[in-house]
Amino acid sequence: MRSFSYVSAPDVAAAVRAIGSEPGAKFIGGGTNLVDLMREGIERPETVVDITALPLAEIEEAAGGGVRIGALVRNSGLAAHPLIRTRYPMLSQAVLTGASAQLRNMATVGGNLLQRTRCVYFYDGAAACNKREPGSGCDAIGGFTRNHGILGVSDDCVATHPSDMCVALAALDATVEVQSVRGVRRVPLADLHLLPGRTPHIETTLAADELITAVELPASAVAATSRYRKVRDRASYAFALVSVAAALNVRDGVVTEVRLALGGVAAKPWRAHEAERILVGAPATEDSFRRAAAAELAAATALPHNAFKIELAQRTIVSTLRQLLAEGGAA
Amino acid sequence: MTGTRTQSPSRPETAGPVVGRPVDRLDGTPKTTGAARYSAEYPYPGIAYAALVHATIARGRITGIDTASASAVAGVLTVITHENAPAMKPPPKVSMLNLSSLASGTSVNYLNTDQVHWNGQPVAVVVAETLDAAREAAGLVRVGYEELPATVDFAAEEPNAKPQKSNAIQSGGAKKGDAQAALAAAPVSVDLRFTTPPHHHNAIEPHATTAAWDGDRLTVHEGTQNIPWVRRHLALRFDVPEKAVRVISPYVGGAFGGKTMVWPGTILTVLAARVTGRPVRMMLTREGVYRTVGGRTPSTQRMALGADADGRLTALIHTSVTQVGRVGGGPEQVTSQSRHLYDAANILVQQNQVELDMLSNTVMRAPGESIGTFALESAVDELAAELGLDPIELRMRNEPARNPIDGKRFAHRMLRESYALGAELFGWADRTPRPRSMRDGRWLVGMGVASAYHPSWQLPANVTVRLSADGTVVVRCGFHEMGMGAATAQAQIAADALGVPFEAVRVEYGDSTLPSGPGAGGSAQTASVANSLIAACEKLKRSVLALARKSGDSPLRGQRPRDVEARNGGLYRIGRPEGHDPRKGESYPTILSRAGRSEVEAAVGSDTRLGELTGQLRFMSKFMLDRRRWVKAACGAQFCEVRVDADTGEIRVSRWVGVFDVGRVINAKTASSQLRGGVVMGIGMALSEETLVDPRTGRIMNPGLAEYHVPVHADIPPIDVRYLDDPDPTMPLGLIGVGEVGITGVAGAIANAVHHATGKRVRDLPITLDKLL
Amino acid sequence: MVEVRLRVNGAIESLDVEPRVSLLDALREHLGLTGTKKGCDQGACGACTVLADGERINSCLALAVQYADREITTVEGIATGGRPHPLQTAFIANDGFQCGYCTSGQLCSAIGMLAEHGAGAPSAVTEHLSTTGIELTDAEIRERMSGNLCRCGAYNGIVGAIRDVADTEPVRSEPVRSEPVRSEPVR
Repeated sequence: MRSFSYVSAPDVAAAVRAIGSEPGAKFIGGGTNLVDLMREGIERPETVVDITALPLAEIEEAAGGGVRIGALVRNSGLAAHPLIRTRYPMLSQAVLTGASAQLRNMATVGGNLLQRTRCVYFYDGAAACNKREPGSGCDAIGGFTRNHGILGVSDDCVATHPSDMCVALAALDATVEVQSVRGVRRVPLADLHLLPGRTPHIETTLAADELITAVELPASAVAATSRYRKVRDRASYAFALVSVAAALNVRDGVVTEVRLALGGVAAKPWRAHEAERILVGAPATEDSFRRAAAAELAAATALPHNAFKIELAQRTIVSTLRQLLAEGGAA
Repeated sequence: MTGTRTQSPSRPETAGPVVGRPVDRLDGTPKTTGAARYSAEYPYPGIAYAALVHATIARGRITGIDTASASAVAGVLTVITHENAPAMKPPPKVSMLNLSSLASGTSVNYLNTDQVHWNGQPVAVVVAETLDAAREAAGLVRVGYEELPATVDFAAEEPNAKPQKSNAIQSGGAKKGDAQAALAAAPVSVDLRFTTPPHHHNAIEPHATTAAWDGDRLTVHEGTQNIPWVRRHLALRFDVPEKAVRVISPYVGGAFGGKTMVWPGTILTVLAARVTGRPVRMMLTREGVYRTVGGRTPSTQRMALGADADGRLTALIHTSVTQVGRVGGGPEQVTSQSRHLYDAANILVQQNQVELDMLSNTVMRAPGESIGTFALESAVDELAAELGLDPIELRMRNEPARNPIDGKRFAHRMLRESYALGAELFGWADRTPRPRSMRDGRWLVGMGVASAYHPSWQLPANVTVRLSADGTVVVRCGFHEMGMGAATAQAQIAADALGVPFEAVRVEYGDSTLPSGPGAGGSAQTASVANSLIAACEKLKRSVLALARKSGDSPLRGQRPRDVEARNGGLYRIGRPEGHDPRKGESYPTILSRAGRSEVEAAVGSDTRLGELTGQLRFMSKFMLDRRRWVKAACGAQFCEVRVDADTGEIRVSRWVGVFDVGRVINAKTASSQLRGGVVMGIGMALSEETLVDPRTGRIMNPGLAEYHVPVHADIPPIDVRYLDDPDPTMPLGLIGVGEVGITGVAGAIANAVHHATGKRVRDLPITLDKLL
Repeated sequence: MVEVRLRVNGAIESLDVEPRVSLLDALREHLGLTGTKKGCDQGACGACTVLADGERINSCLALAVQYADREITTVEGIATGGRPHPLQTAFIANDGFQCGYCTSGQLCSAIGMLAEHGAGAPSAVTEHLSTTGIELTDAEIRERMSGNLCRCGAYNGIVGAIRDVADTEPVRSEPVRSEPVRSEPVR
């Protein structure tokens, strides 16, 4: 880790001023990802602007029945909050399956949105990686790709986004509030993360000087009947091979509303629009679930080690929807 | 600064022997309060910190090293490379006449050569005032290479494997009859291929060294499984007398074989201290452990079994291919258990090796048997299915009375009893044999069994025992504590041998100033130390009796050693349990104070050159004699239940029963913990552990605990561990080591249970969910 | 260099450190509190777990400078008035360790975990998120402790020790029985 200057920002205005005036500055919240990446020499900020003193750690009920989550709410606080547990259980579950309790006590909601990939070639300075060093190539392709993407990948990068929380947020139509010296703007979660294309090093639509201040969840009746299912190589404390965030509402045996998003399959949380389209109005049966899952994964492409994810993702979608149906998605 | 001296507060005062009881660990307090110091935790004024730079090619030559930006980092004291490092003596040639020649992890003279032999080899070491400066600077060293073609792809190299040559200690192959012909003629047979990946020990304490020179005297704090090897190797490499080197190692934060050899980090820390004239500490990064400490070899195995229609084995063929590094490592005894477990009429076993441009492989918990039992015990299960026989019944039909391959006697063998007890405890009778026939909601339920097997060993150990006039006892031996509860077990043994309370015994260990202990490996340490300790206690009793015999006032006057026993804190005539009766004997304090002695000491073994040679000769002759006479081993029966998600293939181990034949157990608590720990590591091996070596570069791509998946709490069910507690008459106190047998058979039992749950056979470890989809 | 005033185990310690120094290294290398262990320095093993204002964190990924105002408790500070913490005693009785290297982290983690559970926090295996009183089953303990690796495999003993303490300490609030888990095979 290189040496850096440390600035603690007392308020949002000071934070966004500091990030704009210090060259090579980065915000630090919980530090769980940034400190690791700095120690590995992958992130090399000259200045670190500590934002943990900012008053952004509240979860509040918003007008219209939604919820506003401050960017500095800790992952553990988010998962345990009564509003989240009762209205958006998939979000609580998603957060609780991520990392460990210690890391969830440190990690912030804003930082979780900006987690960087766990691709082992990204982490190894001896390997070629277009994300780490644009134009250097991608050693993952032709290497170990069991944890890599099957949707929205490119010839330049096949890495996945590691966050569980973001998968639930994608399914819940969350909006991200960001602030800079230029003012406040709102970015739909769906538009926050980018697919790699030819520029895998550009991971989000945020400018370098923008600070995430909050995540807003719109009111959603269907979200009350939701689940997050994470499939991984050990029972806990591992990144997803595939995960599914799902919410389901069924009336008279017909799907009236459904939310589906996938994790572990792409460089961004993958909202399964195609599957949702097929499901709405379809009978709530295993057969419909299968057709929808197959349609969503039709565009998937596999590398030698991750072809199983195409099948696994479909099975996990079907299994999660089946469970929701059995548990009372048929309200 | 020798080993722990904390006395256990919590043993209830009970009469009778303490051996066998579940006594709390002696080091419980330091380990639960943070007071226990591991090798990176010794404060030295003016200490500096070192960090390694690793090669990024598998084979070639360094053409240039740019250390300018690294040296410019504030706080950097020096950057040592092959261009400026002082000369060190090269590692010694390996000789079976001098086992410490095996100590070197590799044959490379680090930083004394421009040659690169593996991807990850240290090519520079940075020394700085702070940890952060050292690490930052290490990342700034730029190395130029001339790359040479390298052989790093184990799978591709497999066809070029060469048969292992046999030597005095290990045999590369063996045969009885014509197994190939018998296999071809067998009415029922299986002929299968298994693979296992490389594994790493991943002790939670990364390898760490604190080194301080005082002139030509060197003090090294090093978590090691072999203090004498570290000492001798460092003396040799740095050309100082062995006496000038002190190795201190009272606490080792896990090892599992990974701290047996001397790896580059140790040597380069000592070098850094030599160069800077400062005490230097280096804890390897987790990545550094993967790059510079060997792991378990990958393997491919052919396992073929032929049987008659009644399930009697007519043929057993087990061949293996494993890897060694071109710069070191040894053959893995993959076929070990296949020579002893089944009474096949014809047997052929052969181990083969490929040599790669990779870091040396090394020993890891039950080298050989851990992966060998996976193939053998899976194949037996497959054969049982072919025969329509219960897998336990098939095993019982082929349980040998004598060692199958050569007819030697078993020193001890209670595998039948292990299975009988295990089946009852586990509820094996509730298993419906058909695969996929048991279900619990979304979970497919499967039950599997496998045999555990690990040979038992004994090594030389020097021990002294000192009895003080106040009746307390000090046992001194430079053995190793990596979590086995080593001192606790030896204190129990000494207490019974001398008839003193457990609380009266203090054990010193973990320091090269003590009499040389055995290396902690091969599950041999407890038996090895016990053997010498019991002998030392016998000598001590004779000396004490001799003092008493001389006194006209002693009731022991004229008694011969065989008429006297140690009990109740003294010596008393045999057969009179009312030991306090002053007419029958007397206490140690009485004898010693009457004789005007403050203490009496007895020693077994000597650390003089002659003593050492004698010890090694005695060891080798006993070893050869024992081997001619007996087959000695621990064995056991592993039972497990798994649940497999019918949709996703996620596997959870839900129940475990292991019954082990490990002779007499010294400490019921710590022995159970060690056996359980073996099962836990076996569960990891079965389901998730795999070191990923990129076949294009020979580089380990998952050198960390986030990507190399050892089991976490949530993966581990309650593990019911039992042992038969029947002494092995050929071992000291009848004990057989418990450190390794627990991991053997585990992967086989799980693979068999997964097959029972799902109908799918997975013959390639780890059994990950993608293999079940 | 920045001056950082750390409050560790009830004492105020003033240090001059670079901002890049982790809380773990500040404890181990600057304050000599080596009870807190370094196992991976990557947040992947839990050996460095300490309590910050009673909450368990991984001190290896914490910059010391960010924790200046927090009350840090390490394994050296969990005993009170010379009496060991009940978990320390229970770890010894249950043989919840072997080599001892992960033990400090396991202990601090367990203390934090019991507090989290007492405050009603759910876990990934909590079946009904809307319930307030969550029974601390063995499955709950195992999931909640999964951020602490033990390579010696002392997991059963650790869970046993935590179970003993949880059963005797008043940390539970109105336990709610979740659906019974069937452990018997179904034919």
